[in-house]
Amino acid sequence: MAAVAVDGLWRFYGDYAALRDIRLEAGEGACLALIGRNGAGKTTLLRTIAGFARPGKGEVRIFGKPPRDAQTRFRMGFIGHGISVYDELSALENLMLYGKLYDLPDPKRSAMEWLERTGLERVKDGLVREFSRGMRQRLAVARAFLHNPSVLLLDEPFTALDDKAIAVLQSLLRDGLASGKTIIMSTHQLREALELASHVALLVRGKVAFHGPRTPEMVNDPGWVYARYGEG
Amino acid sequence: MRLVRQVLTIAAKDLRAELRTKEAINASLAFALVILLMFSFAFDPEADTTREISGGLLWIVFAFAGTLILNRSFAREIPNDCLDALISAPIPGAALFLGKAIANFLMVLAVELVSLPIFGIFYNVHWAQQPAQLFGVLVLATWGLTVIGTIFSALTVNIRLREVMLPMLTYPILVPALMGAMRLTAVLVLGKPIAGDDLSWLKMLIGFDVMYTAASLVLIETVLVS
Repeated sequence: MAAVAVDGLWRFYGDYAALRDIRLEAGEGACLALIGRNGAGKTTLLRTIAGFARPGKGEVRIFGKPPRDAQTRFRMGFIGHGISVYDELSALENLMLYGKLYDLPDPKRSAMEWLERTGLERVKDGLVREFSRGMRQRLAVARAFLHNPSVLLLDEPFTALDDKAIAVLQSLLRDGLASGKTIIMSTHQLREALELASHVALLVRGKVAFHGPRTPEMVNDPGWVYARYGEG
Repeated sequence: MRLVRQVLTIAAKDLRAELRTKEAINASLAFALVILLMFSFAFDPEADTTREISGGLLWIVFAFAGTLILNRSFAREIPNDCLDALISAPIPGAALFLGKAIANFLMVLAVELVSLPIFGIFYNVHWAQQPAQLFGVLVLATWGLTVIGTIFSALTVNIRLREVMLPMLTYPILVPALMGAMRLTAVLVLGKPIAGDDLSWLKMLIGFDVMYTAASLVLIETVLVS
């Protein structure tokens, strides 16, 4: 069974079809890089896979279950455009909040562990509104990984990250892949993404123009897949 | 038990965030006091008519001031896309709704309790003659206000003019609850017991709360996932 399966997915905004008959699969331990120009439908697809939006037609299955199933949500981590942490709470309070919502046995211990892994343990009691952009992004990464999800959905994960945060995220993603996590990430930063990806899907105007394993050509020339399958 | 824990976690998070910034509660309290003061210029505090309509005046103020708190309820989740994280967390929509409703309820009730003595002074009303009954009416009507405000706050969270839309949508639905609260409050501040026809208003207020709480719990998942 595929970890993530998208079958005949359509998503409409009014009459406009943002996603058209999308069919994708990602197996356990696979890393699918979702690429495409602005407005191609990458974010809409990720949000629909995550269960934030209902498909117009078709279906999404995560380990055979719909994304809104409670068990599925335990197994899924999401990093979107926002950092999804509260400015008015401290780093520790934020992670403990999510630890409680994910019913972790010891939310404080898990929160401390992830603050250390992301290099934020010294500022654990600082309010997030006082953090630099890089620190906020690292906290967002800690939040997404806190409950040890099996499937990670990442929307432009490298955008606006500082060098340290990129290194932390890449290391976490490599560790995750090694331990069998499934990763789907949308990105414009092809070089970083293709280093990690096992598969690539190119979206063009809401349709899948290419879906298959990552090839050496793609790594050598990140623009190759656009030139070969996209619109140049 | 897990649901209760999740509800309390959400409520505690909202209360902690609000107590750190005091954005909504300060605005709401200041608004309530200013409106109470301005209404007091329009009515003679010695007149019997003022005492008779004081329940109505009070609940108009509470409804307006409460909206300032309710508007922030889901809007607070928008700046960093926190709503996405809450929706993707394995908690039922009902837990999210109840947690937010309880936090809103406590904040609105706090504003009301601070406003009551000021109301007593400006309108020459002995509001503390039947404190337990008055507190009961405050609790019932505030819960109704909060439930409607919270569900519509979720519904309007992504609308640009949500500050305008929320009162436009909630006040018409709140009419029965506000009428009941106005009538019962007027009776209590006049020192009369709740009896006869007024008992029907009390039952209606309870029914309103039960019905709209149940409807909101059923609808919240649909409201949250577009």
